[in-house]
Amino acid sequence: MELNGGSVVAMVGKNCVAIASDLRLGNQALTIATNFEKTFPITDRIIIGLPGLATDVITLKERFRYRVNMYTIKEGREIEPETFAHLVSSTLYERRFGPFFVEPVIAGLTKPSEGSVPFIAGTDLIGCLTLPKDFVVSGTASDKLFGMAESLWEPDLGPEELFETISQTLMNAVDRDAFSGWGAVVHVITPDKVITRTLKGRMD
Amino acid sequence: MADVYNKAGFDFSNHVRNSFLQSKGVPFPKATSTGTTIVGCLFKDGIVLGADTRATEGPIVADKNCEKIHYITDNIRCCGAGTAADTEFTTALISSNMELHALNSGRKPRVVTAMTMLKQYLFRHQGAIGAALVLGGVDSTGAHLFTVAPHGSTDKLPYVTMGSGSLAAMAVFESQWRKDLDRESAINLVSAAISAGIFNDLGSGSNVDVCVITAEGTTMLRNHVTPNERGAKEKRYKFRLGTTAWTKESVRKFVVDESVTQISVPAGGEAMDIS
Repeated sequence: MELNGGSVVAMVGKNCVAIASDLRLGNQALTIATNFEKTFPITDRIIIGLPGLATDVITLKERFRYRVNMYTIKEGREIEPETFAHLVSSTLYERRFGPFFVEPVIAGLTKPSEGSVPFIAGTDLIGCLTLPKDFVVSGTASDKLFGMAESLWEPDLGPEELFETISQTLMNAVDRDAFSGWGAVVHVITPDKVITRTLKGRMD
Repeated sequence: MADVYNKAGFDFSNHVRNSFLQSKGVPFPKATSTGTTIVGCLFKDGIVLGADTRATEGPIVADKNCEKIHYITDNIRCCGAGTAADTEFTTALISSNMELHALNSGRKPRVVTAMTMLKQYLFRHQGAIGAALVLGGVDSTGAHLFTVAPHGSTDKLPYVTMGSGSLAAMAVFESQWRKDLDRESAINLVSAAISAGIFNDLGSGSNVDVCVITAEGTTMLRNHVTPNERGAKEKRYKFRLGTTAWTKESVRKFVVDESVTQISVPAGGEAMDIS
């Protein structure tokens, strides 16, 4: 985790979810890139955040794309957030004794016919699922994110309010983490659109 | 990867790389573990199982209200302590195999069968799968309560505790458990044992989950006692819209509802184009 740095946070709002990641890619203390997004779209309404060892971030992003495509072809329908969370979980647990160094965060909305219910989940590096109803944090700044999210988050935030809350949570947490930061990207998923914004952050 | 589904069993292909990274001093991320107090006790009509609801990642509370009483079959449940992913996947695997076993044999599943499957699986992995379990259920041979340790050894006792809070919980059982307790007092005893773990062991916390299994059926009492309810926040930290500075925005709109517009066709159909 501390080799490349990076953090991700996801939050539940009222009929919406948000997921945000920082943009740093480092080699220990040396910053190599400031455009390394750790969030990847899975379907229109599911986004996964993969903070951790950068090589595994890319490997897993591709592996999930492959597995979700296979699921879509076999089932003839789009994968649901909860199903996808279990797919992530079992993909990681398969490597119980030789894990990938990532701690995934999943955010999504269920399909509109099932009411576009917000869903968030997090797993540890060997695929233990946690399904909280408020927020999930992960990455090198996870301790600080816990503190920020625990005080800033409140239930039933609208998309714009949720954007401010998640942005402030992430920015203030990563400013106290040496391995994360250098700008951030926030996605807010609502039933009719996904809003993506690149945040202005400290570059030190 | 040759196939979507790999061969059965664990994949060790990252092991060489990971030990290299470790030798270079790259810190290993911590796995979620359930510090845990889990208990079970026999009573007049069956079994009562109990668990706390805290999951930890080192000194951090990763989940304040997780579920540690896992489903095995309708008449068997299993509490898990240790590495959270291991307890989750081990019980899911055995639950699946128990269902197949019941379907194959056409009989109601027995607790000893689950216990044997668990201990053989855990022994096969020589303790590397860090699952410490309390298994309980009622079958045609009566009520049974077991503990299964990560190396595969088992105990059969009238009252058992496991996890980091096992000493605190056992102290309660040793002083208060009696033979042929009624349902009410058995639930209260289990709640007291779990509470002892919640308040005296740092690895355990939050709420008490209880599960009662009798010959009549199974009742899951999720969050039976909630002694650590969070108080209402006195101030709100809502930010004014526009507080956060951003440089770029992109909005991806979905097609939410499609409507079909019927185009009227002249009576008798459209004339063929012969130009």
